[in-house]
Amino acid sequence: MNFFIISLIKAAIVAFVLLTALAYLQWLERKLLGHIQLRPGPNRVGPHGLLQPLADVIKLVTKEGFIPSHVDKFFYLLAPFIAVTLALIPIAVIPFGPEVNIFGVKTWLQLTDLSIGVLFVLAISSVGVYGVALAGWASNNKYSLIGGLRSSAQMISYELPLALAIASPLLLANSLSFRHIVGQQAGYYLGFIPRWAIFQMPFPQIFAFIIFLIAGFAETNRIPFDLPEAENELVAGYHTEYSSMKFAAFFMAEYCNMVISACVATLLFLGGWHPLFPAPYSNAIPVLVFLFFGAIGLYHGLNPARRRDRFSLPITGIVSIIIALIFLIPILWPVIIPLFWFCAKVVVLLFVFIWIRGTLPRFRYDQLMRFAWTFLFPVAVLNLLVTGLFVAVFSK
Amino acid sequence: MLHAAVPLNWYLILSAILFCLGLAGYLYRRNVITVFMSIELMLNGVNLSFVAFSYKFRQVDGQIFTYFVMVVAAAEAAVGLAIILTLFKNRQTLDIDDVNSMKD
Amino acid sequence: MSVILFLVFAVIAVVCGINLVIQRHPINSALSLIGVMGSLAVLYLMLGAEFIAAAQVIVYAGAIMVLFLIVIMLLNAGAEGRTRRPSWGAIVGIPLIAVFLGLVSFVIQALLPKSETVAFGQFTGGNARNIGHALFTTYLLPFELTSVLILIAIVGAIVLARKEID
Repeated sequence: MNFFIISLIKAAIVAFVLLTALAYLQWLERKLLGHIQLRPGPNRVGPHGLLQPLADVIKLVTKEGFIPSHVDKFFYLLAPFIAVTLALIPIAVIPFGPEVNIFGVKTWLQLTDLSIGVLFVLAISSVGVYGVALAGWASNNKYSLIGGLRSSAQMISYELPLALAIASPLLLANSLSFRHIVGQQAGYYLGFIPRWAIFQMPFPQIFAFIIFLIAGFAETNRIPFDLPEAENELVAGYHTEYSSMKFAAFFMAEYCNMVISACVATLLFLGGWHPLFPAPYSNAIPVLVFLFFGAIGLYHGLNPARRRDRFSLPITGIVSIIIALIFLIPILWPVIIPLFWFCAKVVVLLFVFIWIRGTLPRFRYDQLMRFAWTFLFPVAVLNLLVTGLFVAVFSK
Repeated sequence: MLHAAVPLNWYLILSAILFCLGLAGYLYRRNVITVFMSIELMLNGVNLSFVAFSYKFRQVDGQIFTYFVMVVAAAEAAVGLAIILTLFKNRQTLDIDDVNSMKD
Repeated sequence: MSVILFLVFAVIAVVCGINLVIQRHPINSALSLIGVMGSLAVLYLMLGAEFIAAAQVIVYAGAIMVLFLIVIMLLNAGAEGRTRRPSWGAIVGIPLIAVFLGLVSFVIQALLPKSETVAFGQFTGGNARNIGHALFTTYLLPFELTSVLILIAIVGAIVLARKEID
């Protein structure tokens, strides 16, 4: 009974944090894209546009969600349901931190650990293709159909390099469970190089990491691989005929897939919640990071460039300094420090996702497929073979 | 009844039911893709039977054979669907009753 | 608990199987087949075959059925026409299949003792380590042969689907 209550509490917290993070990920993306493109991004609804996701949610919920008469109703309603459900499920096996002791309750910072956790995430992402394919089919519209077909073919083509890139660090970690994989990445070489999978001997998995990121972009339909939903190519691709909450479901599914890709990359390649330096010294990093943000906020707040930043920047500075002070409390360290490192790595990867969106043009469809089959797949196979060779020769 | 366990026979009977459903679809449907899917249903029924026997003898060999059945089904699906595409391109129909001779 | 899980997923599998055989449009049949595969994956989990359950979802439901779906959407041939009244083959054959099913069930019931029950957690040998070990030691030759088979299938599919270059 105790187990059920703890699991319910953990599930509620994770669900709440994930859904808020998805909404604010969209805000972050719009602000970052705006600044990359030399424009301010949303800045009218609330200070710095921070209430924009709320305004979007209200708009999407209250919009008229009509069903066109020419669609196949069952699949039309099923497709966004499948897309968003299957995008939200994998968060259940992602560990955010090690086993901690909160108020006398010993629990892992993870909803559940499967002994085949990696296969579970792969399986869910494989079945997630159906949301897109059925949306394209059900809309009964040639643009949606082409978008849906292209997207399904792209997703299954890039699943191969993705799976091979995932298999390479598994050769080093010897387990399919995320806890064990991250556990294998603890420790330091020479005292200061972390044993993350991208640095791990006998074969550093840096190529596998890059292949995973590229295949991850293609799996989540992000630029440079987003031809199936490109606005200037295919009207809007597979979600042309969707409005209001069903469109919001596809949108949420895309961002959630992005978050899951970043989390899996962090766990498999970047060492999960393990810090960059050995433990006693690295506890200073969160404090320094937040003090840095606080200093910038206060410095620019004292002579703001725009009149409306007179309050928001100093308040941001003061909040950052308060968070830095929270990181100085030793009793909170076992919970907060792993969470900080995990979230920092995930945020850096999400920033890379958004940065590439703002920078690169999109691939034409035949270029995209040719890249997958003639370049990425052989490179992934070669990486797996070389990793296997090194592990076989140099392991005890 | 709620605390009883499931007899192994039930898994094997379920496997037989799925196999017979696949057999009925294979013999009586006219759309060639549906016939192909009935073959996949038969293969799935057999897979369940293999896994059930692997449980009974507590050995992993039944599951290995399931794995091989899946691989062969994947290869067969790829080639079979390519043949269906070529068939449709040449005869413009997917009805197996209409393509029962090699002459046009 | 196992009884409820088994009954729920067995009923889903049989209903989806019947739906596959009865539906006229192939896309409804394809989705029913995906339902069958999903429920079979759960039944494999209950039989302790966790790797095969994951492989079923990744390979069968996640790749092979997507291929089927892509071909059905691409060809877009429409629903099967209204059949003529069932031929004498169907009138004799379907009861014969039912008789065959009854016979097989009777043989299963007679040969296997009723006390052989399936409880979750009784067989833990289906993990990736055991399957990998068996595949690469005892069954190495079939494993290598299936690799060649897949290569043949890839080459065959490409040759068949290629446009003729005149």
